[in-house]
Amino acid sequence: MTDEHEDIILAELSDEDLVRQMHDDLYDGLKEEVEEGVNILLARGWQPYDILTEALVAGMTIVGYDFRDGILFVPEVLLAANAMKGGMFILKPLLAETGAPKQGKMVIGTVKGDIHDIGKNLVAMMLEGAGFEVVDIGINNPVENYLEALERERPDILGMSALLTTTMPYMKTVIDTMVEKGVRDDYIVLVGGAPLNEEFGRAIGADAYCRDAAVAVETAKAFVARKHNQLATV
Amino acid sequence: MADALTEMLDARDWLLADGATGTTLFNMGLDSGAAPELWNLDHPGRVRALHEGPVAAGSDLFLTNSFGGNASRLRLHDAQARVFEINRAAAGIAREVADGAGRRVLVAGSMGPTGDIMEPLGSLTMAQAVEMFHEQAEALRDGGADLLWVETISAPDEFRAAAEAAKRAGMSWCGTMSFDTAGRTMMGVTSADLVALTDRLAHPPAAFGANCGVGASDLLRTVLGMAAQGAERPIIAKGNAGVPKFVDGQIRYDGTPQLMADYAVLARDCGARIIGGCCGTTPEHLRRMRAALECTPVSPRPRLETITARLGALSSAADGTEPGAARPGRRRGRRGAAGQNSAS
Repeated sequence: MTDEHEDIILAELSDEDLVRQMHDDLYDGLKEEVEEGVNILLARGWQPYDILTEALVAGMTIVGYDFRDGILFVPEVLLAANAMKGGMFILKPLLAETGAPKQGKMVIGTVKGDIHDIGKNLVAMMLEGAGFEVVDIGINNPVENYLEALERERPDILGMSALLTTTMPYMKTVIDTMVEKGVRDDYIVLVGGAPLNEEFGRAIGADAYCRDAAVAVETAKAFVARKHNQLATV
Repeated sequence: MADALTEMLDARDWLLADGATGTTLFNMGLDSGAAPELWNLDHPGRVRALHEGPVAAGSDLFLTNSFGGNASRLRLHDAQARVFEINRAAAGIAREVADGAGRRVLVAGSMGPTGDIMEPLGSLTMAQAVEMFHEQAEALRDGGADLLWVETISAPDEFRAAAEAAKRAGMSWCGTMSFDTAGRTMMGVTSADLVALTDRLAHPPAAFGANCGVGASDLLRTVLGMAAQGAERPIIAKGNAGVPKFVDGQIRYDGTPQLMADYAVLARDCGARIIGGCCGTTPEHLRRMRAALECTPVSPRPRLETITARLGALSSAADGTEPGAARPGRRRGRRGAAGQNSAS
């Protein structure tokens, strides 16, 4: 990098330049700078929801695309998500106060026997970044945990993750149990994890398989929109 | 003194490793979500049957049923206090099967990832990772493993931790990573990166390479990438038998024995010297792989087009080894040095 860039003072940038700079800072995983940017925009009278969508979500979208395209990998995305979290922490209480619109709600968890939560955490953070309310029930979830969380939280979407050959069939166990209880069609079921594929996702009865966190956000948005349209026409 | 694997490699052009563990145990009745490693204690007969498959099919080495046998993974099943017992049993069962083979077959003590993210991105410290792997390594050694087999790793530091653990246990080892994300590991490691990483280790592996991942063509591109670095160390190719499908309530990998036989020969021609399968690879696949390796003359290193024509398409256009490829972790850094390279 060159010297001329080290002198950027966020507070001296125009709104437009600052938002663009925040996209860069998110991409670079610079948490303090993102937090500073959020505070500056708030001080300039921006609505929390506008900061969320125009500065943070738009920035994370770029990160998501580069992750999907094999330009960024998990370490970089974790740093970016951490910077995003810093900004979200400031905005969250303000968003609740102002009653900002929600995209939808998701319960997400890794299945029984599986410890892996890197991908699941990325999906949770990216969805939160995209304006979803996310309830993360963690790792190693037996079917009872999923049912309980669905009952309690009444989400639009259930997200399940498995990274092991030995745990991915458990997603089918959960979906089969939902069918038995007659609640399968109350939810959009999205699945993910490295060993899976689209065909596998359909075969176990999920609505969709999401290859990565960026795809998960796009898929969640599309399904929630479709669900709302269906409700509107019924 | 040469280790057992190196001795065997000195005498042979290629070695046949084994196939799947997890998917094979499923077909024996393992419940999804249950710990396969507990079967070493609860169902040793079934684990023995698992190992007898590759031995009968002609494998020169096979892996113990201990992939998730570290404290971090076993904690899920509240078995973190039984790491030693479980791993010693795993190696013991494998040892018996190998000794009864009537020819020399090596027992490789499988060690999979902890599942945790290491510092500074995550909370697992190098010292903790080394300790966990060391505990497992000692138990596998005491149970009779000839060497350690570290597999499906994605982070460089976890690979280093396993190397250090092998050193402390006084064991030779092999190490493979899973290249499943646009030709790299999910942490962004390329085939060339792994060669460089391996060369810099104080206790380098006897052989190294790739396992699992996303299909035979991708895996062989990774092997080609390693060979292109002029890697002197023997290369391992242990790919999945196709991709998983859900058929009649069971997981089936769609790679046929014929496909895996083609893959084995191409893997050898790409420069791999230890060739096996991973998820979905059955003894029938292994038999065909061995026959193909024995009967097919060696060909010049295949081009990528030849590989994809025979084994199927690649999952990504690039794998990060092409000239000018972006380095992950190299950020735009427009506002100063903070955050620079902190991921690499």
